[in-house]
Amino acid sequence: MGLNFISSILFATVVAGTPLIIVALGELVTEKAGVLNLGAEGTMSVGAVAAFAVAYHTGSPFLGILAGMGAGILMSLLFGISALTLMANQVASGLALSIFGVGLSAFIGKPYESVALASVEPIRIPLLHKIPLFGPALFEQQGLVYFSWVLILLVAWFLYRTKAGLVLRAVGEAPVSAHSIGYGVVKIRYQAVLFGGAMAGIGGAFMSVFYTPMWVEGMVAGRGWIALSLVVFATWRPARVMIGAYLFGGCMIAQMFVQGSGVRISVPAQFLSAIPYAATVLVLVLISRNRSTIRLNSPASLGQTFLPDA
Amino acid sequence: MWLKFEQRPEPSKTMSYLSPLLAVALMFLSGLVLFLVLGKSPVEGFKVFFLNPIKDSYGIAELFLKATPLMLCAVGLSVGFKANVWNIGAEGQLLIGALVGGGLALYFEASTSPFLLPGMIVAGALGGMAWAAIPAFLRTRFNANEILTSLMLVYIAELVVSWLVHGPWKDPAGFNFPQTKLLSAKATLPILVEGTRVSAALLLGIGALLVGYIFMNKSFLGYQMKVAGQAEHAGRYAGFSAKRSVWIGMLAGGAMAGIAGISEVSGPIGQITEHISPGYGFAAMIVAFVGRLSPIGIFFSSLLMALLYMGGEQAQQYLNLPSSISKVFQGMLLFFLLGSDVFINFRLRLVRRRK
Repeated sequence: MGLNFISSILFATVVAGTPLIIVALGELVTEKAGVLNLGAEGTMSVGAVAAFAVAYHTGSPFLGILAGMGAGILMSLLFGISALTLMANQVASGLALSIFGVGLSAFIGKPYESVALASVEPIRIPLLHKIPLFGPALFEQQGLVYFSWVLILLVAWFLYRTKAGLVLRAVGEAPVSAHSIGYGVVKIRYQAVLFGGAMAGIGGAFMSVFYTPMWVEGMVAGRGWIALSLVVFATWRPARVMIGAYLFGGCMIAQMFVQGSGVRISVPAQFLSAIPYAATVLVLVLISRNRSTIRLNSPASLGQTFLPDA
Repeated sequence: MWLKFEQRPEPSKTMSYLSPLLAVALMFLSGLVLFLVLGKSPVEGFKVFFLNPIKDSYGIAELFLKATPLMLCAVGLSVGFKANVWNIGAEGQLLIGALVGGGLALYFEASTSPFLLPGMIVAGALGGMAWAAIPAFLRTRFNANEILTSLMLVYIAELVVSWLVHGPWKDPAGFNFPQTKLLSAKATLPILVEGTRVSAALLLGIGALLVGYIFMNKSFLGYQMKVAGQAEHAGRYAGFSAKRSVWIGMLAGGAMAGIAGISEVSGPIGQITEHISPGYGFAAMIVAFVGRLSPIGIFFSSLLMALLYMGGEQAQQYLNLPSSISKVFQGMLLFFLLGSDVFINFRLRLVRRRK
């Protein structure tokens, strides 16, 4: 295995992990407020197609990202109306969002299936990108890759170093107490849900505008669900999301790894494609096995409907 | 003055039956708006989407054909949903059931035994149960969230199907298409109504609804499942095992989805391909909810969902719209249902705005 090969593996791992980081961090904030939104897959899909369409018509990838974000916010607003305002079951509302979003994206995206976008030039950090081995992986990437790193710091800072973050966590741990001392539980949960939607939309935009760059029905391929699993894997801690995301990013490019390594093993392509999904199951088992880990780290009111006047 | 939700002293039974109807009405209404937005005549759109598919007896037969896998999956899922067991991987269980049952038929392709077909159906059920047993085991033994694991297994099942039909099970005389040989006549479900594609699978579906009804309403086990879902602590206090609820819920869903899978393969499709199911396993969740998790409700909601599938095909043909429009309608229906359900526990009241 040559140096170049390892370097390109590292590069591809970071790229594959980026949408997972962004989407999982959004979901992490949502869940910290006590809301389980299973709609990430649908939100990502709609974000991806909206971003692609706008980037295609305007020629601007940046406007594409904004469109993905906007679409994500609108999608999560649907979830909010259902699960927060109308107090429907969060699991069912999230499933509805996923089913609706995947269908809607296929519907909107049909005319765009035959067109492609020009690939966007990466942003090179002067000098640093020439570092052998990990230079390209860390310093010659799309803007959203750098954004994902900043986002980890921002989310960690917000949750653990600001008053608003403290309140958000309080709402997730003890909504009734937070309500009784005057915090607007539903309002704060709405903000958390919309932030999660925005991030899922950006994650989708990264997929369709920068990663592939094209739109195909079903291209999100379970990444929304994997991002949800990542939050559990990370035991609701922002920094650990990054580790998990790159781990899964690595799993996703297993195909490239096997083909490029020069080792002649004949494994059906489908087996390699199944690795990320199998790895998700495995990781969920390893983390959840210890019940107290989950109980200590998951927000206490996660998934429970809050009734303002009950 | 503004509107405010006020909790009812007890849940309204009337509203729990009215809510699905309200949701369907809202879906029709937004359908009209959607056609308008898309620049189609709403009247024409409505006609093509909702009326055209069932304008003749052949269409009505097709409606029952498509409703069959939906009612099978939904009645199985409803057992779990009642006990708050979230099996969202019925699609994968359906595929594995189709593979195991279909595989049996391919292995005994020369067989003329009358037991082949029943054997395939049992094999399909066992295949679906085996696939559902994985998340059940991981949940009860390792506490792993069944929502995420059962969903991941859908992707894996799709890849297993893809591998088999591209590789070891590919029909050597099939011009390299990713599909198996056609199943023999002995391995094909008999047609119920001459001139249509409605097969004996419909009887299996209706039988499943009956079994589901008896299980949930007349058996002690079914009662325990309901209690476990409605009042977890009460259930535990009464000594009902939560683990057993998970197992029963998952296996019921898996068995029914597996039967749905094999009855598609040995029915309208006639072979294993990559397109066994257009998302029946996911749509069945909506069927179960809209049918209020009751077999009678599921019967009607599976027909409605089948109509949405057929409407999508019609819209593609006559309105030049992607057939995925049916998934948009399906998603809207579930949202409207969840929204309408607020009136089961709450009522709207006018209150004076607080200063």
